[in-house]
Amino acid sequence: MLKVVKSGFFTSIQDNGRYGYRHLGVPVSGSMDQPASRLANAMLENPEEAAVLEITMSGPVLEFTKDTWIAIAGANLSPKLNEVDIDNHSVHRIRSGDRLAFGKHIDGLRGYVAVKGGFDTPEVLKSRSFYKPITEKDHLVAGMEVPYKEVTEFEVKISHVIPSEIHKVLKLSAGPGPEFDILDDNQKELLFNQSFTIAMENNRMAYQLQETLGSHQHPMLTSATMPGTVQMTPGGKLIILMRDGQTTGGYPRILQLTEDSVNKLAQKTFGDTLYFKKES
Amino acid sequence: MNSYPIHIKPFGKSAVLVEWPFEIDPKILDDILTFKDYLKLKGYSGEEWEIVAAYNSLALINNKKEIKFEEISVRLRELYDQREEGVKKEPRHWRLPVCYDLEFGIDLEELSQQIGKTIEQIITLHTSVTYTVYGIGFLPGFLYLGGIPKDLETPRKASPRLHVRKGSVGLARKQTGIYPQDCPGGWNIIGNCPVPIFDAQKENPCFVRVGDTVSFYSITRAQFDLHTIQAEVGIDLLTKES
Repeated sequence: MLKVVKSGFFTSIQDNGRYGYRHLGVPVSGSMDQPASRLANAMLENPEEAAVLEITMSGPVLEFTKDTWIAIAGANLSPKLNEVDIDNHSVHRIRSGDRLAFGKHIDGLRGYVAVKGGFDTPEVLKSRSFYKPITEKDHLVAGMEVPYKEVTEFEVKISHVIPSEIHKVLKLSAGPGPEFDILDDNQKELLFNQSFTIAMENNRMAYQLQETLGSHQHPMLTSATMPGTVQMTPGGKLIILMRDGQTTGGYPRILQLTEDSVNKLAQKTFGDTLYFKKES
Repeated sequence: MNSYPIHIKPFGKSAVLVEWPFEIDPKILDDILTFKDYLKLKGYSGEEWEIVAAYNSLALINNKKEIKFEEISVRLRELYDQREEGVKKEPRHWRLPVCYDLEFGIDLEELSQQIGKTIEQIITLHTSVTYTVYGIGFLPGFLYLGGIPKDLETPRKASPRLHVRKGSVGLARKQTGIYPQDCPGGWNIIGNCPVPIFDAQKENPCFVRVGDTVSFYSITRAQFDLHTIQAEVGIDLLTKES
């Protein structure tokens, strides 16, 4: 078991997503930064769909009750094993009783901890990704226990990886969304030239942006949305749907981010700056 | 079989959106669902493809790889012209119980003043018609129901509630719906439906499909309590009529 001593800001179990239920309104969910979570799994030679811990900004305190190996990737949140600093983006041997904690937030927003063989929480609708009420909880709280299998033999082949750089200013590649053409020339100009700031309202469901594009009265009938869909409210506010985002929506969809941009945005937070770049 | 002018639009690198005329019309929905079932038959299914149909649109999402827009739009036009009726699943009708007790129908009194109908009249109106399921989304198992009587059309609440109880039946503009879970919401709440619409523990977590029809019947507070217990122990409360 992995005992949650302190929960951290928002820690959850995620995998590569819950596919096949969007027509019933079930979001895809899964790790917000998919490449980072895949990297953590790859270092341990886990299958791609193995469940990992997603930690957000301030990490949890965790106690392991069985031997295993872990790999940490994504945001650098100053991991510590038994109070000794350890490297991010690397593999570590874990003995029963070891304590993993996190310290200063160095870069990025979301970190991933994989365990050899993956975390063994119940699979619901073919995925272990936390999303309430599909799963009982949406995040881990102190006192909870997360099951995993004991591993005593493993030959580490990749002990460290070099992380991809996290850029200070994010350029999000986006193609036109189905309602892109409701924008006038001035709004299109603003959209691709102005900088945008991530608002306080940002989480696994959606990121809102502070700057607005001017109001509109385009009538819409509810229609499909996806992670990376940029919606525009009647007031001109932009909302970027993320992994836990709703599967349908009633706001015009002016842009669709690339998968790569969704992953990069997942490492950004309140006050960070971004630009939209027309996908070539 | 009616044919409509359809528009095919790119929707990111792995999805495409097919749009029908901008209308809430059961015939359009029927055509969308016929096409959806035909697409599934033609291989747009399994783990690779997901299809989300709602109102006047159908999104085809590829979960595995990027798609070539030009190629797929030509193919989809061909398939639309070739589509056949008969492979479509027959729509089903569901009768759902609602308790309109003031304990649940927390906006009934205000709504009654707003639209100038008594609470009894509101209940009669709400239970008098057959609604069509135009989409499922917003939350797992949230049904977009169209076909509300004109007299019940009412704006959303000026400020949404932070907490709406699971099962709450709401009204907003031309729509009525059931909140499948506790959540924030801005609709006018007129009652509660004790039948869980969505259950993640079931292999088919939602018994309703887009294109089905739904009607409501009024139950007493005592029946509501009984139904709630029955639902908890897993007794099937559904009344299906075909």
